[in-house]
Amino acid sequence: MRFDSLLDSVGHTPLVGLPRLSPSAQVRLWAKLEDRNPTGSLKDRPALRMVEDAERDGRLRPGCTILEPTSGNTGISLAMVARLRGYRLVCVMPENTSQERRQLLGMCGAEVVFSPAAGGSNEAVRLAKRMATENPDWVMLYQYGNPANTMAHYSTTGPEILADLPSVTHFVAGLGTSGTLMGVGRYLAEKVPGIRIVAAEPRYGELVYGLRNLDEGFVPELYDESVLTTRFAVGPRDAVRRTRELLEREGIFAGISTGAVLHAALAVAAKAVTARERADIAFVVADGGWKYVSTGAYEGTVDEAADRLDGQLWA
Amino acid sequence: MAIQVSIPTIMRQYTGGAKVVEATGSTLATLFDDLDARYPGLRDRVVDGGSIRRFVNVYLNDEDVRFLDGLKTPVTEGDHVTVLPAVAGGGAMAPGIRFQS
Repeated sequence: MRFDSLLDSVGHTPLVGLPRLSPSAQVRLWAKLEDRNPTGSLKDRPALRMVEDAERDGRLRPGCTILEPTSGNTGISLAMVARLRGYRLVCVMPENTSQERRQLLGMCGAEVVFSPAAGGSNEAVRLAKRMATENPDWVMLYQYGNPANTMAHYSTTGPEILADLPSVTHFVAGLGTSGTLMGVGRYLAEKVPGIRIVAAEPRYGELVYGLRNLDEGFVPELYDESVLTTRFAVGPRDAVRRTRELLEREGIFAGISTGAVLHAALAVAAKAVTARERADIAFVVADGGWKYVSTGAYEGTVDEAADRLDGQLWA
Repeated sequence: MAIQVSIPTIMRQYTGGAKVVEATGSTLATLFDDLDARYPGLRDRVVDGGSIRRFVNVYLNDEDVRFLDGLKTPVTEGDHVTVLPAVAGGGAMAPGIRFQS
């Protein structure tokens, strides 16, 4: 496949069957490999679309500074897009974010401003909003509320899945900004009668809930519950177990959040088997496992790894 | 028909400190009735009239029962029920929603 530039190669990711993890020939699992995007994650799609839309409506002009609260993949994707399109990027992230992420962002040319660890991502959002007010010429794309995030998935991820798997019955993805679930969910709901849209979110220990009290009640502006058929909350032990199963049985090395998504996908697969229904379940592999090696998720027994993740924000 | 129920720290005063207790029932409603017979007061922390309290999340095999049939959701042997405090001011969205952002 040949593309004129790296940005032209965003999307068009493979959808691969999982013959060993699928329960039967009637109930099949399909993985959408979003780690095959230019910077290795699903976030290349919304990052590119948010920049393009801001250019189109005149908010972004040559030489502009982009500001975004992000501790992970979106920052890396935006750094790539910003570099190729000639923008400066400032990322606001909690000071307790991993070394890998800081170094990656720095290497990609982003400037990083740290917000206090205690406030979590909400504090990063708050600080970014304040910086935006103090620097009126900076452009905050704000992935949690930017319709371009949802549109990226509505116009690319959704159509790709339907084209590759016209018999799709379920779509399963992680719930973060909710852009993927809202975009793909709305697209498939228009095209596939009876489609089921399934959200998987990480379930943290009570210790983490305590630490995250400033995050409480945060609902992304993009979130619309009516798009979802159901929602799973998956603990670290199951997320780690499934992440390893995906590697051991199907050869896919994914990030920990993908383990949680697979856990939900297998749960709906089991229900389809019980109900004697046919099912083609497409789920999202948001990124590869490389950035999470230092969490210890891939080392020792599942229980040891789950214990190490306890108290960490693993997704 | 034993069903395992995980109890959050703030409700373990009713279960003598037990993290996981067993209960029987054909639906979540009868399951919480059964629990209340042995752990008086526990049901009222989870159930308010005919529905689950606003600031409590109940999961059946990790699935949010608000998307199933609420307290009328059927349960069977081998199921695992998890009770968790929801976030203050939440309701629509539990915490920990930041996947890959």
